[in-house]
Amino acid sequence: MVFALLKYGISKRYPARQEVPLTPDLKAHYDVVIIGGGGHGASLAYHLAKHHNIRNVAILEKGYLGGGNTARNTTVIRSNYTDQRSIKFYAKSLRLYESLSNELDYNMMYSRRGQLTLSHSDGVSRSLRLRADAGVFCGEANEILDRKQIKDLVPSLNLDIKGMPILSGLWHRNAAIARHDAVVWGYAIRACERGVELHQRTEVLGMEVANNKVTRIRTNRGDLSAGVVVQCVAGYSSVVAKMVGLKLPIRSYPLQAMVTHPIKPFLDPMVSSTALHCYISQSARGELVIGGGSDPYELYNTRSTLELKEGLAASAVELFPFIGELKVLRQWAGITDMTPDYSPIMGQSPLSNYWLDAGWGTWGFKATPASGFFLAKAIADNRVPEEIRPFPLDRFERFDLVNEMGATAASH
Amino acid sequence: MKIMTCPLNGPRNITEFQCHGEVHQHIDPTSASDKEWSDYLWMSNNTAGVVREWWCHTPSNFWFLAERNTVTDEILATFAVPADGPLGEVR
Repeated sequence: MVFALLKYGISKRYPARQEVPLTPDLKAHYDVVIIGGGGHGASLAYHLAKHHNIRNVAILEKGYLGGGNTARNTTVIRSNYTDQRSIKFYAKSLRLYESLSNELDYNMMYSRRGQLTLSHSDGVSRSLRLRADAGVFCGEANEILDRKQIKDLVPSLNLDIKGMPILSGLWHRNAAIARHDAVVWGYAIRACERGVELHQRTEVLGMEVANNKVTRIRTNRGDLSAGVVVQCVAGYSSVVAKMVGLKLPIRSYPLQAMVTHPIKPFLDPMVSSTALHCYISQSARGELVIGGGSDPYELYNTRSTLELKEGLAASAVELFPFIGELKVLRQWAGITDMTPDYSPIMGQSPLSNYWLDAGWGTWGFKATPASGFFLAKAIADNRVPEEIRPFPLDRFERFDLVNEMGATAASH
Repeated sequence: MKIMTCPLNGPRNITEFQCHGEVHQHIDPTSASDKEWSDYLWMSNNTAGVVREWWCHTPSNFWFLAERNTVTDEILATFAVPADGPLGEVR
């Protein structure tokens, strides 16, 4: 035993795999510097290197790879939004996710479950009908289910919740979940193979701006310059944008979630209720993933609170009364960068070489492939592609918002 | 449970309170340019640190000011709206 351990452990014939490279020394200049080593940053780096041959790229991450909101979301992938501009964008992301394990040769544990969004009132039933039809118009698979169909789909669901019986549901067949860590690891590994440098524990402390351009980036490991700078920092979007003198229409709130201990598989689809502010899915390990409660006031802190966890548990038990006996195994929060219209901010900033990938609130994970795909194209061509043209920062001053407030169960 | 001290009602559970955002300077809608007006409507300082905010104790509908650290989640001070003088508004 011990000899086998020595033989194979030390042997050069069986070297340890170093998939994510160690952090190299910082160079003085890069063509593109990406602030933030989460899913979006890694996806952008991968697409720049793969499709546009831009390989002199550095990702600066103040903590470790994928340690922020990429590690803190509830991994829902779907396209059942309200506005056609959003539906087309998220649909592209869904398509990219479907083939991502093959694309990156890395197992995403992609699992198509379908998502059932429940309505407890006539008003919500109408908005679900709107989302279903808007999706179908854009070629996405959506349908409205009645109570009997819901019972057939999820037999364990309690349809007669006191005071708010379930009336109908929006069935989004192609919704899926995936292993969130694998998404960022896969993108980062394949990006680094193409020459991208991942700098972990490298915090951007400030930026110098001259002639409407970012000229210098100061980090805790030294200064550098860049042709183009992109910020992909989710909850800290306002803090980083402030370094270049930009004010954003973003407010940061914690979003809390939790998982129960694992039980036998009983729940294939994801179930979501906008009225109960609660969504539930069962992970591949059998844990029930329960999200997501937004804190009632702005905060840059990932602590959990009893009030919100209690509220989530109460809603989950209304939907599935028999899970009342389960214990909470883990709990956490992520800092969501909420925009007024619940849509992201992607594209150029008022500075000529500074790009934004921000305002991802509670909908960032599902957009990881598409945001990187389109932003890479935008940066390479210095022209924003049509698919993300509805989402620039200046849509607010033009009052051309993309309202998706009704398309999430997380917070209202 | 997190406790907030209301200047009128004393220490109460924070679930009894609503936050109404940072105390900021109002602008004159008749003289503001379109850009100034849209910035006023949409943009936010979203400060990571100490902020001064409007809060309301909802059962008694009592409005007051609070200083809060948005990184540590500490409520540093609460006080009634001064009868005259500035409120410490930020832009």
